[in-house]
Amino acid sequence: MNEAVNLLKDGMVVMVGGFLGCGSPKKLIDAIVESDVKDLTLICNDTSFPDYAVGKMIVKKQFSKVIVSHIGTNKETIRQMNDGETEVELVPQGTLVEQIRCAGFGLGGFYTPTGVGTEVENGKERKVVDGITYIYEKPLKADVALLFGSKVDKKGNVFYNATTRNFNPIMALAADTVIVEAEEIVEAGELDPNCIATPHIFVNYIVGGEK
Amino acid sequence: MALDKNEVKAVIAKRVAEELEDGDLVNLGIGLPSLVSNYIPEGIEVIFQAENGLIGLGPAASKEEEDPDLTNASGQLVTLLEGGCYFDTATSFGIIRGGHVDVTVLGALQVDQRGNLANWKIPGKLVPGMGGAMDLTVGARKVIISMVHTQKGVPKILKECNLPLTAKEEVDLIVTEMAVMEVTDKGLVLKELGPDTTIEEVIAATDVELIIPDKIGRFGL
Repeated sequence: MNEAVNLLKDGMVVMVGGFLGCGSPKKLIDAIVESDVKDLTLICNDTSFPDYAVGKMIVKKQFSKVIVSHIGTNKETIRQMNDGETEVELVPQGTLVEQIRCAGFGLGGFYTPTGVGTEVENGKERKVVDGITYIYEKPLKADVALLFGSKVDKKGNVFYNATTRNFNPIMALAADTVIVEAEEIVEAGELDPNCIATPHIFVNYIVGGEK
Repeated sequence: MALDKNEVKAVIAKRVAEELEDGDLVNLGIGLPSLVSNYIPEGIEVIFQAENGLIGLGPAASKEEEDPDLTNASGQLVTLLEGGCYFDTATSFGIIRGGHVDVTVLGALQVDQRGNLANWKIPGKLVPGMGGAMDLTVGARKVIISMVHTQKGVPKILKECNLPLTAKEEVDLIVTEMAVMEVTDKGLVLKELGPDTTIEEVIAATDVELIIPDKIGRFGL
């Protein structure tokens, strides 16, 4: 766990899997909160709750910028934004996940109808295809992805239970270094290959597994 | 006889539920819209999606059913109905943006005669973020706004929204405790009146000229 925490350096861009904390690597986050790493940029669906998952890193002020779709559940994010302590970039959820997907899939961005005619469109290229108006969105990558898997085998294949899946398998392709916190670590071969949502080739480090 | 708070919500949710058709894939927003699931008409089967990654969303989990791995888009512990399934967020928003959601029901801060919707930001006051609302309003085949007609007397149905928009010209129907209004090319058409509500009362509580047809229906509890 400490080795994984030490991979994080000040100023890095960090993706964190999870949706309001469900499917987030909570033990890994707890260990990071104990460290002094700071000035990180967060890419995540939301900033969770002040006492839960990635919300704890917000409270510890480990981010100088967050790129998320929602901050309404974390008063501390809102306070830091209003007081100018942390930069907050709000992105429509579907756009955010697609930006991450593009980075991992080797694509140079995409055109989406989401946000047309709203302030999300400001400064972006507009394009009409077959009569429908789209705006261009860039890919979004990270230095490190912090993910959570329900069952991870020793090679790094990941099975996600129920709604813990969310952003995790998308982010697994979009960061230089991928760390997966396992709820349970199993031997290679124990997971049904049909149920593996993240192939082991994307996973660099596995932590946790103390079920 | 004025409705109490809970009756207002029930009247709105029940009327919205009548818009749903058998087999519809439906995404309900948080708060009042989520109550629609309590009023699905008999003989109609709809499938609920939660954008965090499932279709076949069931009721809230009982104590015995609680599973921290299974939440809805508000983070509440829920259940999955038989035949339901899970997927990642990219697929979830492919379902939404790709036009595979038949109906979304959302709340609003403001909505206007052109179908513009504002529900994610009050500059300097409230900035929770848009979450999935911008994708839902653009992607769903039918967008229904369900809300209390005014904000403590201040009209929310306007000629033109002045708060930051969630989506442009995407709203199809507005359901409040006072009225059902349809967004058309010509403007807002008053389709139905709520319990004990008169046309004059709706006009007084709405900050845009309404198109009033000869025949207006009525809905209630």
